[in-house]
Amino acid sequence: MTTRVESVLANGRLRIPPARLAGIAAIGLGLLAFWLALPPSTTRSELVPIVIGGLGIAAGLVSWRAGETRLGWTGVCIALLGIFGGLLASQAAVENLKVVITWSAVIAATLRFATPLIFAAIGGLFSERSGVVNIGLEGMMLMGAFFGVYGGDKTDSWVLGLLIGMLAGAALAFVHAIFSIHLRADQIVSGTAINFLALGITGYMYIDSYGQEGTGDLPQVPNIDLNWLKRVPPDDLGAFLEKSIGHLNLMVWLALVTVVVAWIVIFKTAAGLRIRAVGEHPRAADTVGISVYWTRYAAVTISGALAAMGGVYLSLGFVHSFTENMTAGRGFIALAALIFGRWRPFGVLSAALLFGFASAIAPRLQNVESWATYGTLFQAIPYVLTLIAVAGVIGRSIPPAAIGRPYEKQ
Amino acid sequence: MSEREIQAPPPPEAPEEPAPSMAARFALYQRAGGVITPLLTAILAFFVGGLVVLVTTGKNPIETYKAIFDGTGLNWFFPWVRGVERDLAAEDLQQTLLIMSTLILVGIAVAFAFRCGLFNIGGQGQYIAGMIAGVQVGIWMPDLPHVPHMVLASAAGALAGAIWGGIAGILKATVGAHEVISTIMLNWTALWIASYLVGFNGPLQDPNQVFVPVTEAVSASAKLNVWWGDPQLQGLHIGFFVAIAALIVFWVVLNRTTLGYEVRAVGFNAEAARYGGIGVGRNYFLAMAISGAFAGLAGSVDILGWLFRVDLTSVQVSSQIAFIGIAIALLGRNTPVGIFFAALLFGALLNGTSTRNLDPEVFQPELASNLTLIIQGLVVLFVGADLLILYLWRARLKLRRARHPEAVAQE
Repeated sequence: MTTRVESVLANGRLRIPPARLAGIAAIGLGLLAFWLALPPSTTRSELVPIVIGGLGIAAGLVSWRAGETRLGWTGVCIALLGIFGGLLASQAAVENLKVVITWSAVIAATLRFATPLIFAAIGGLFSERSGVVNIGLEGMMLMGAFFGVYGGDKTDSWVLGLLIGMLAGAALAFVHAIFSIHLRADQIVSGTAINFLALGITGYMYIDSYGQEGTGDLPQVPNIDLNWLKRVPPDDLGAFLEKSIGHLNLMVWLALVTVVVAWIVIFKTAAGLRIRAVGEHPRAADTVGISVYWTRYAAVTISGALAAMGGVYLSLGFVHSFTENMTAGRGFIALAALIFGRWRPFGVLSAALLFGFASAIAPRLQNVESWATYGTLFQAIPYVLTLIAVAGVIGRSIPPAAIGRPYEKQ
Repeated sequence: MSEREIQAPPPPEAPEEPAPSMAARFALYQRAGGVITPLLTAILAFFVGGLVVLVTTGKNPIETYKAIFDGTGLNWFFPWVRGVERDLAAEDLQQTLLIMSTLILVGIAVAFAFRCGLFNIGGQGQYIAGMIAGVQVGIWMPDLPHVPHMVLASAAGALAGAIWGGIAGILKATVGAHEVISTIMLNWTALWIASYLVGFNGPLQDPNQVFVPVTEAVSASAKLNVWWGDPQLQGLHIGFFVAIAALIVFWVVLNRTTLGYEVRAVGFNAEAARYGGIGVGRNYFLAMAISGAFAGLAGSVDILGWLFRVDLTSVQVSSQIAFIGIAIALLGRNTPVGIFFAALLFGALLNGTSTRNLDPEVFQPELASNLTLIIQGLVVLFVGADLLILYLWRARLKLRRARHPEAVAQE
């Protein structure tokens, strides 16, 4: 409360309250403490991360004392992680680090890891904005992954494979829609069932049609080669750009386009307004003549198709095969990205990129000699980050008001 | 503090009547259907599963189910099964009950939280925490006498599970973080931490087997006694009785203690419970911690009973076990008896479709295990759709009201 009063007293002169500023500074300092120990600067002194991280902790505590509890503690946590990471990094040999962390490769990998998350999380955004919790994203991705392969294999065309995969995801989403909209089942229970079903259906059909041999030759979603990037002056920058974004898969770009399209649809069109209205106050929407059921069905089905695109990218665009349960929890990370991104397309994009970055850097850090022992621990980073985020994000993420509640017509 | 208090600006208009909470719906559901609905649900799911078998492979679904049934060892109960067949059935039944013990415990873990209106998807993380704690205490102190060591190691698992579940409970109670999200994140965190601990060069990896990601075996003094079957051949250990006892504890705590009363009150209607002076946050924490303790106990009992070591595979398989717990709690409708039978059903399905027990001539085990997943999904899907039950219940009420108006009024 006090912070709000202060900002009003400041009379628009200071738009960000100082407490919040301190919290943001704490987060920034924490990240800086880690980053300074990595290439290109590779500080070898152990003092640097400790001092900078310590400042971060102090800033976090100041912010906490000034009333920004969540933000303050988030800052303290990140500063602690920064010190920890920075200390570890300063132990590693510089040459080794430089070999392992090539930033252009890290950027490319970040985008690759983020793509399935972006598709699925934007899908979840449609569903949840309309008021239907979609914990079945994982299952819908898996449907896309398998049926993309199956369709692509049968038709020998990745375009048709993509479409068939999306159709399968949409079909499963439709089941979720029937149960959570018309039958008014608990949406979380229904979503859990969807995940089981997808696991069973894809596993069954995979064994039934491919057996133990695997999927063999598949059509692949092509990469987009942007060789002209190399000629961007200055040379260093050109080479860097070409290496980082010059050879990405078509679907990576498609994912970025999806974010923009989703933003336009949700916030700039009548259809988006309807989806949001139905998710915030279904009764009011119903009163002005919007069909709550129809809108929710459409939104949930779209979410299935989008999540399935993420799955198709995994199977046809990334690993070029299918294995049982190949999504391995990415649907749940997408759900986390959705919450982390506060149910907004660009927020979701940033969250997905953050998780993508964590996934991209984790296996690389394993290659650093002195860290090899801690290897797999780094894989836990995205989840711990989400946990911290859910517990005390920068501001609180408030879900759509009618989320999880089945609507009953009067 | 509740979520509503933290969300600063209240909506301009009062929202329409709040939808009944999940637990309230389940309570209604519980009164509505008796034993009939879960049975119908299961039969329907098996029927659809049979159709899948028929359509995709053209094999006779009844023969397939018969083969799965024979693999479960449940034919041991038939008096006409004799001789070698009976010995074989006994061995299979031991395996079924072995799995069932675990499933009962993870089922309770979900059910207990459900009764407090919480959805504990975190069984996996809590189970992993239990395994790690169990194996660690089981390896330490090899000189300890048998009974205290056994009890101590099992209890360590329960405690670790309680801590892991309690984290989600605290987050729910203090900052209102949705337990579904936080437990999912805790699952993956536990999975990767455990993979690190038991993996190559991990602190718990067996120093004598540098090339295998596995911990040392627990010392003999910590192993649970086998009471039926050959200890060398993975006989049935006393963990089965632990699970049965847990069912009784579950019932007593919920129905005969203040804690259980408060937990159920919060589950029915958190706002009303708060108004009645019950600490809602405290109960959220306790419910999650107790739930976690059951799942953790499942982990340590598995380790001390028959796995003896934690390896990477058992860490990864944990997700399957914990998620079946959800199906069991839903199908068993969060009651001890229901959980018992639901655990028996899924334990039998898991064991009957395993590569070891299902004749590949009749049906491919890899297909069958996926069939189990489909059946599991259908069960959860149908059980979740309580609207049908709701209609039935209302129809029944109307019928009763027409017949005895005064009896209904007293309810």
